[in-house]
Amino acid sequence: MKQIVIIGNGIAGITAARHIRKQSDFKILVISSESAHFYSRTALMYVYMGHMKLEHTKPYEDWFWKKNRIDLLQDRVLAIDPDHKSLTLENHPPLSYDSLIIATGSTPQFYGWPGQELRGVQGLYSQQDLASLEQYAPHAKQCKRAVVVGGGLIGVELAEMLHSRHIPVTFLVRETHFWNGVLPQENAQLISKHILSKGIDLRTETSLQEIIGKDGKVTAVLTDQGETIPCNLVGVTTGVRPNIDFLKNSPLALDKGVLVNAYLETNLPDVYAIGDCAQQQEPMPGRRAIEAVWYTGRMMGETLAQTICGQRRPYRPGHWFNSAKFFDMEYQTYGAVPSARENTKEVSLFHWEHPDKALALSLAYHSQSEQFLGVNSFGMRLRHEMVDRWLSEEKSLSYVLAHWADANFDPEFYRSYHHEIIKAYTHKTGQQIQLQKKSWKRIFNLQSEKT
Amino acid sequence: MKTLQKIGLLLFVVGLTQFTALTLMGEFEMKSQHFEQLAEKHGIRSSVFILKSKEVFYRSRYLQLSDLTKGVENLVQLSNDHYRAAAREPNLSKEAKRAAYQKIIYANPKELALDLARLSSVGWVKEHPNLFWWLSFGLGIIGALFFILPAAWNTVGAAEKNNKIYQTSATARGWVAWLVFAYLVGFYLLLYFAPQYSHHWTLILDPISEALNGGPASRWFVYGFMYCVVMLVMALRMYIKYRHNAYQLLRTSSVLFFQIVFAFLIPEIMTRLQLPATDFKNAFPLDYDFFFSWNLKNLISSGGLGLFILVWGIVLTLVVVPVMVYFFGKRWYCSWVCGCGGLAETLGDPYRQHSSKSLFSWRVERWLVHGVLLFALVMTAATLYSYFTGASSLWGLKTQSIQNTYSFLIGAVFAGVIGTGFYPIFGNRVWCRFGCPLAAYLGFVQRFKSRFRITTNGGQCISCGNCSTYCEMGIDVRAYAQKGENIVRSSCVGCGICADVCPRGVLKLEQGPEKGRINPTEILLGNDVSLLNLLNQKK
Repeated sequence: MKQIVIIGNGIAGITAARHIRKQSDFKILVISSESAHFYSRTALMYVYMGHMKLEHTKPYEDWFWKKNRIDLLQDRVLAIDPDHKSLTLENHPPLSYDSLIIATGSTPQFYGWPGQELRGVQGLYSQQDLASLEQYAPHAKQCKRAVVVGGGLIGVELAEMLHSRHIPVTFLVRETHFWNGVLPQENAQLISKHILSKGIDLRTETSLQEIIGKDGKVTAVLTDQGETIPCNLVGVTTGVRPNIDFLKNSPLALDKGVLVNAYLETNLPDVYAIGDCAQQQEPMPGRRAIEAVWYTGRMMGETLAQTICGQRRPYRPGHWFNSAKFFDMEYQTYGAVPSARENTKEVSLFHWEHPDKALALSLAYHSQSEQFLGVNSFGMRLRHEMVDRWLSEEKSLSYVLAHWADANFDPEFYRSYHHEIIKAYTHKTGQQIQLQKKSWKRIFNLQSEKT
Repeated sequence: MKTLQKIGLLLFVVGLTQFTALTLMGEFEMKSQHFEQLAEKHGIRSSVFILKSKEVFYRSRYLQLSDLTKGVENLVQLSNDHYRAAAREPNLSKEAKRAAYQKIIYANPKELALDLARLSSVGWVKEHPNLFWWLSFGLGIIGALFFILPAAWNTVGAAEKNNKIYQTSATARGWVAWLVFAYLVGFYLLLYFAPQYSHHWTLILDPISEALNGGPASRWFVYGFMYCVVMLVMALRMYIKYRHNAYQLLRTSSVLFFQIVFAFLIPEIMTRLQLPATDFKNAFPLDYDFFFSWNLKNLISSGGLGLFILVWGIVLTLVVVPVMVYFFGKRWYCSWVCGCGGLAETLGDPYRQHSSKSLFSWRVERWLVHGVLLFALVMTAATLYSYFTGASSLWGLKTQSIQNTYSFLIGAVFAGVIGTGFYPIFGNRVWCRFGCPLAAYLGFVQRFKSRFRITTNGGQCISCGNCSTYCEMGIDVRAYAQKGENIVRSSCVGCGICADVCPRGVLKLEQGPEKGRINPTEILLGNDVSLLNLLNQKK
């Protein structure tokens, strides 16, 4: 029986394993150095904040693996030998594979700052990082101040975590506003405002220069503004990079990540790479070569399982979507909304923002044709299937706004802002739009097409 | 803020201590008229009971509650021995035998002890019931409010409401949780099986009881009153904790309304008006003694209103409940109306995360809850059979003993002692999930014929596990959400907390067309459209 070996038990590797098992009787082995069982990395923050215990982050009970004949091995892969189709492990004898899936995810990106090796300087990615955080920032008595460096999603999560233990946080962000490399300026400002309202000391246009320590332990950071900020913890959240250092000496073609073609195949036969560590040689139009998010990892796993089981398929994800949460403010995005940096004339934006609540909406549309291109929603939940369908059917912005009630996914009895949004649009463009009532028929039409 | 809360906690503990101490406090002074009053109230015809009372309680001044209870038990024993022996006299006429039998006392001696204690109690509590009400209930309520209300003024946002739950002893099965567990279990054991200890609680609630129903407080009045007070105070906590969530605010108001008005005030006022008291929202088979012959006889004999209650009870169970579940899911009852649900959603909210999500628990749940439903139905069948035929047993089983077993095992131990007592350890819906026969019945309707579902939002789930962790019914919500599948489960009570704690806006409780309600998926939305279609069609 064919032996499939998967390095990495994150969402990409585990999804691949599950789907291979659904379709085949291949032997499946998943190797991870981080944890004995698959857990949801995205939930680490909730463990620190006390919402959950680590065991709650496991999406499957421990018996699941044996029942589904997915073998698990906790060890570190040191090297791969494609000629002999074998792996060298740290604590176990070498293993051989017929197909190898590399799904080793990411690792926090450090930029070589002086002092970055000091104790109390860390990223937030793994269970080990969580343990380290508990050690260096268990409470405000031991950690008088923490500095979080880098304005991304993990940065704001780390700030929220530390804030939950009443540890004062200084948040260094290189850009003028939080995450404006991804979001339009209006959205970036809204989030910056929300972060500040939580009592986080957000410093925009400020970078880390140096980390200062004493006795091997961090004591302060020096910013490029020349300010020294005393602290007991430095959270480095300046992004992640593919976790592929162990492959450096292998014949695998690497760039930032493991280079793969559209079929998620590497340059070596029977070796594939999926998830955060894979780098598309020719990414789809409008998509990045490395997309280190949960959803793409899962989708690559779903796709590769088809290939492994004999139906070779390219990875062709549908419309982009993503979500995050900035303290209390939920964020969902569907389609393509240009960031502050990629402002083009071809794409226009319509913004709506509540005067005092943390609610906002940004809709992107084609300037000429008015075709709806994408949406960022803050504090309001949207129905994925509905928005996805509008994007596929290339609906116009006025159609989308008129049927906005179909896409509302807020809990029942929540106040909706459809009328305010349409009023603002009319005010901006002079175009009258008649808001349609929510229709199950329209929403379900799509489901009957799908199934 | 912290100081206020500390003062609140202190006041609450003082109040609770006083409340607890009331069970042990007190002295009693026996007078012969007490026994006459007792005999009259409980329909005791035994003259031995009255005559021997002087003998049993000969050192009658200022005895303790335990002596009083033992005394009453002795007295009942003496009297019953006497009349049983008398009835066995060989030369006795039939009439005389019957007369002797009629003098046997069937009343629970502990209930008699409770009433005797109320009658004979002397001292401070009896003289100053209002003072002791304030020292126990009053301090407890004020303390709890001091502890709870300050949270309304801090800036904790929606995302922070569950901070430190697993780092706090009370909510993480620490020593505080075990103390609360022991206290709650103790309270229920006392209420059900040692009622004589509640005599002071009834005395201090007499003024309120008299104002409402025109009579003295029974231990069930004490329980009903406490239930309302606890729900009211803990509902304020819910209002603050979920102040961002309109669904939770409405739902909390609804359970509070139905508890205070339907379960408490209306029956009390009906009693005052000398009408048959009933809780109009309490549906069979949760209301398991609805068809017991004493209830049927009572309803049928009390005229138009009694008949209305009888018809309404049947219509409620057979028509209203399933039709409403079809349109709204069982949540309309379990987390908007029901009293057990109401307590679970207020007092029990801090413990919702302790329900087990394992597959094993789900198996146990299905056997148990459906077993209890079957038990309730068999008991009711036997009851009605006996009612209409006059036979005392069905298939060799005595109807009375089936009823007694159900009342004891299910009504008292499961619903009360385990159902509420185990909140801090096994979560707040132990009874609703494992034991409630009405929930099992509603569950069938919800699973197979309803418009209700929890919709999973396409491919947005990140498997974080907040939904599963905070599901009070122990549903592994994430197992569905991470597959892009709607949650259609018979046990879901629609509390809406999974949708509230989801950090990615993945879950929504809603009613829609039945078609497409259950939507198993192979691949989640967001991936290659052709692959999605291919695999989901194959399924």
